[in-house]
Amino acid sequence: MSSLVILSLIGIFLAYRGFETFRSQGIHFLTSPDWLSETDASGKVIYKFGMSAMLIGTLLISIVAVIVGVPLSVLAALFLTFYAPNSLKKFFVTIVDVMAAFPSILYGLWGFFVLSPMAEYWAKLINKYFGWFPAFHVDDPSFNSSPFIAGLVLSIMIIPIVTSVSREIFSQTPLDRIQAAYALGATRWAMIRTVALPFGASGIVGGAMLGLGRALGETVAVYSVLNIVYKINWHVLYGFGGNVASMIVSKWGEASFTEAKALLAAGLVLFIMTLLVNMGANSIVTRTIKSGR
Amino acid sequence: MTNLEASAVTPLTPWKATLNQRLFTVLLLAVAIALSYVVVAVTPMKGKLAYAFLFMLFSVGFQATHAGIKRGRTAAVDAIAGSIAVAGAVLVFTPVISLIFTTIIRGSKGLRVNTFTQTMEHAAMTDPISQGGLLHSLIGTLYLILIATVISLPLALLTALYLTEIKGRAAGFIQFLVQAMSGVPSIVAGVFIYAALLLTTSLHGSTIMGALPLAILMIPTVTRTAQEVLLLVPQDLREAGVALGATQWKTVATIVVPAARSGLITAVILGIARIAGETAPLLFTLGVSDKINWNPLNGGQSALPYYVWSGLGLGSPEAIQRAWTGILVLLMIVLVLFTAARILGREKK
Repeated sequence: MSSLVILSLIGIFLAYRGFETFRSQGIHFLTSPDWLSETDASGKVIYKFGMSAMLIGTLLISIVAVIVGVPLSVLAALFLTFYAPNSLKKFFVTIVDVMAAFPSILYGLWGFFVLSPMAEYWAKLINKYFGWFPAFHVDDPSFNSSPFIAGLVLSIMIIPIVTSVSREIFSQTPLDRIQAAYALGATRWAMIRTVALPFGASGIVGGAMLGLGRALGETVAVYSVLNIVYKINWHVLYGFGGNVASMIVSKWGEASFTEAKALLAAGLVLFIMTLLVNMGANSIVTRTIKSGR
Repeated sequence: MTNLEASAVTPLTPWKATLNQRLFTVLLLAVAIALSYVVVAVTPMKGKLAYAFLFMLFSVGFQATHAGIKRGRTAAVDAIAGSIAVAGAVLVFTPVISLIFTTIIRGSKGLRVNTFTQTMEHAAMTDPISQGGLLHSLIGTLYLILIATVISLPLALLTALYLTEIKGRAAGFIQFLVQAMSGVPSIVAGVFIYAALLLTTSLHGSTIMGALPLAILMIPTVTRTAQEVLLLVPQDLREAGVALGATQWKTVATIVVPAARSGLITAVILGIARIAGETAPLLFTLGVSDKINWNPLNGGQSALPYYVWSGLGLGSPEAIQRAWTGILVLLMIVLVLFTAARILGREKK
């Protein structure tokens, strides 16, 4: 009841405030990378709002987060479900749950002071050996505050949710099938490959999408580690990028009334994006759990 | 009896590793460590990363070879998969340990008595840490938690009751919405409150404005947990209540909810842990304050995450130290809440 009201209120208010921006900027709002308000010679203020650089940045960071975070989470979930002894399992499950409750600014602080220096070195290594791959190319050696590092921080942030969803699904693998596999002489890995993974596949996809939804909307952690520049950057290791949520925060301080409305429109885009991803993810997860396929 | 006890055999556990096998595993790992040291010393590969990588490579390789020689190719593949799963789990838990330890080590350096007894009214973030403290932020955070809970609890509880007890026609749809709502990014909640209440009105950021987006974020968490708890209440209890002639609402109010009480408290605590560390929405709705503000309706307020945020933004060594101390206090609050939720949840079962 209340959730319907709140969700639709969010949509309506953001759409209402952002509408003017959509009208004045048109499709450029989604396709142009510039975000500026300047005064021209006649004293008239010109607004140019475009969020394509930020959209691409968001995409890039989230992809890094999912590529790094999801396999690790699935491995951890497999370990917890099929390998870990019971005492260890309880302890680790608690840790994963606690991890989900860590404040995002803690990840930001830690990412900036602890992870960034290390990740900068990793980025240099990747660039040295895999620089021929277009995404790993950098124009000049500036590796700090790159989308890669922001993606790594986010990958750690999405690990708890992806791990707990995958673990829940793995733990629902029908016991008779597991035992049948063992009875046929399967090793543990053979059992996982032939029984657990096919059973949990769609659930893992759903969990990964939930993680993606979280990564898309993350603000503070990304803002702390990323160098936000309003220019399209496709190179993950190169030291600048952006993210819709952190753009809203970074521009908010000195925003004029018109600009604030444009930022609200950006918020609306973000809202719709995460809503779509989450709804898709939830329907996949729910279907998997219910069907018990 | 004594005969029976004497004749009882201890069950065999042939699948457990014998002492010899364990020693052998330890030996393999030791050799892997030694070998990675040698390789780092000889080749141009350097640094902790090289150690970790080589160690992983060698230990996986050794175990696989060992299993392969003893039991054939399938066993070798199994050993590799097992080691990779362990490695994945280790990689997942390393950052958590690093997070906690860094926070404790760096944060505790800035802990002074005045941290908890003073505010930033007469001190700047960049002043030495012996001046000023985070008392105002601590109070602000507690205030925010209180108000957000008061707003969200009835809504969340009623939604959960609707979904589990009434199971009306719209239940499936509402369930879907609650799930969608739990994915709303915190910044969107903050921006929404700003757009709806602050942008064009004469209202300014205050404690209650700061608590509204937090309540939005808290509702889905509390609803989902409360729902799970309510589902655990035995159906017999409900039937007993109705059989005694109580109306449905009376049954729910006097039997179901009290039966699920400790679980519901857990739900609230988890919701609080979820919002205690939220920063992004507060940037839009909280206003600013460097002293204690007891009035929730008027004037800016501070909060621990905001304190950390501003310390981080200033970047001087003192401000950064304050940020770490602030995050330590915040982390402690979250951990205490979480432990409390765990203990209450366990009592239930």
